[in-house]
Amino acid sequence: MSAVHETVARVHRTEWARIVAGLARRFGDLDVAEEAAAEAFATALERWPADGVPPGPGAWLTTTATRKAIDRIRRESRRDDKQREARIVYDDDPPEPIGAVDDERLRLIFTCCHPALAMEARVALTLRMVGGLSMPEIARAFLVQETAMGQRITRAKAKIKAARIPYRVPSAEDLPRRVSGVLAVLFLVFNEGYLATGAGTDPVRQDLTAEAVRLARLIRGLRPDDGEVAGLLALMLLTEARRAARVSATGELVSLAEQDRGAWDAGLIAEGHRLLRERLASGVAPGRYQLLAAINAVHTSARDVRDTDWSQIVALYDHLLRLDPSPIVALNRAVAVAELDGPEVALAAVDRLEERLGGYHAFHATRAELLRRLGRSEQARDAYDRAIDLAGNTAETAYLRRRRDQLRG
Amino acid sequence: MAFVARVTDSHEPREMKMRYLVSVIDDTSDSGTGKEAAAIDAFNERARAGGHWVFAGGLAHPGTATVIDGRGAEPVFTDGPFVETKEFLAGFWVFEAPDLDVALALAADGSRACNRRVEVRPFL
Repeated sequence: MSAVHETVARVHRTEWARIVAGLARRFGDLDVAEEAAAEAFATALERWPADGVPPGPGAWLTTTATRKAIDRIRRESRRDDKQREARIVYDDDPPEPIGAVDDERLRLIFTCCHPALAMEARVALTLRMVGGLSMPEIARAFLVQETAMGQRITRAKAKIKAARIPYRVPSAEDLPRRVSGVLAVLFLVFNEGYLATGAGTDPVRQDLTAEAVRLARLIRGLRPDDGEVAGLLALMLLTEARRAARVSATGELVSLAEQDRGAWDAGLIAEGHRLLRERLASGVAPGRYQLLAAINAVHTSARDVRDTDWSQIVALYDHLLRLDPSPIVALNRAVAVAELDGPEVALAAVDRLEERLGGYHAFHATRAELLRRLGRSEQARDAYDRAIDLAGNTAETAYLRRRRDQLRG
Repeated sequence: MAFVARVTDSHEPREMKMRYLVSVIDDTSDSGTGKEAAAIDAFNERARAGGHWVFAGGLAHPGTATVIDGRGAEPVFTDGPFVETKEFLAGFWVFEAPDLDVALALAADGSRACNRRVEVRPFL
């Protein structure tokens, strides 16, 4: 990648959401905002190699994107007056005085996560509009065809415009429900950043994890007493804390057991633990994110993997399964069960999930590790092969290859 | 559909108003109870007071419908609804609202009042 391309990629990471949000606010139309922002970045890729990178790349892109948006609206308004009128609706007032929330991106995220949109559309829109992911990246993250993902996003934007889904932070009485919808989306964005897909992308997209953490903090500013907001933030922090130890110098994923725990971020761990202690003190029954955060707190409390309190982890997974009986939770529980009751018991539990998780790389990777521990090398090799085929993360693929190639017999 | 959007005179600025059709989804031929009718009246009053009211109506059972095809030389009449479904349109409201959030809140209130599911759809 040339130096200019790298600059464009960097500016894209830092400026994309701000530019889209600013345009959406100004023109009240997500489609116009997205297209104009994308065009501005394409223009930068064309011009900057010859003209040089302008002194203020963000300002240059904002100006260029605004010009593109105005051009498009002029073109369309000649064609259709009614649409132009429909576009004038957006909330020009500052949000309700609930904390110092004046972030443009909050409006953008509440619009993208509107409950009148299908869940898949909310996630896809948030990743596109706020995260700046490309259509192929999003399609890959959700195991669907690129054309299908494109249609999903197009349809969602058309609905936002036609039904006039407002571009603003919801009113106080709607906020609790709307926030829980946003958390689900942020969790998926964080996960995509934590285990990024795509052959050309970094294995950890710190821009996405950082964006998810930043947005979770903003939402916490809005709802400081919401346990699940605190829980999700704690979960993200305790996961993010292990980032440096999670990928080796050679770009390979390092499993939790093999990680250098001294490389974990003590500050983030302390903050995550503190958030959870506050929740425990509240006496309110924990929700899904708080339980996931608690599982991570058990891991991050152990100085050595051998000190891990596996029985507590299994108990937390049992609690979680009662709230969220999903096969993925059952798969993760089985990993903890292997430490407590041995790989044979765990493998039996994992095999029961085949029908529902057969297309999921982690299912095969988990089976492969358990089969390896049971000395069933040939079956382990097949399972690694399946996992490698299905995994989209470069560091994870490298890890799985090494594990497979280490197998004997 | 443009003429529908101008049925009533409104003195509010045009660009602030959208129109939404709130369809009442029903699956029984029993008409509403007296209690439901009273709740609907009260809801209609709230919608009027809030400045959202445009038009509303209840519909007779789909069995009373006639399909007309006037595209040929002579109109053809067929007894019955154009599509037989378990669920059908039992009535509707047309509301004015600044955005979908307001329309959804109205629809939720209306659904509670008439004790049926409703669908919200924007006018063009």
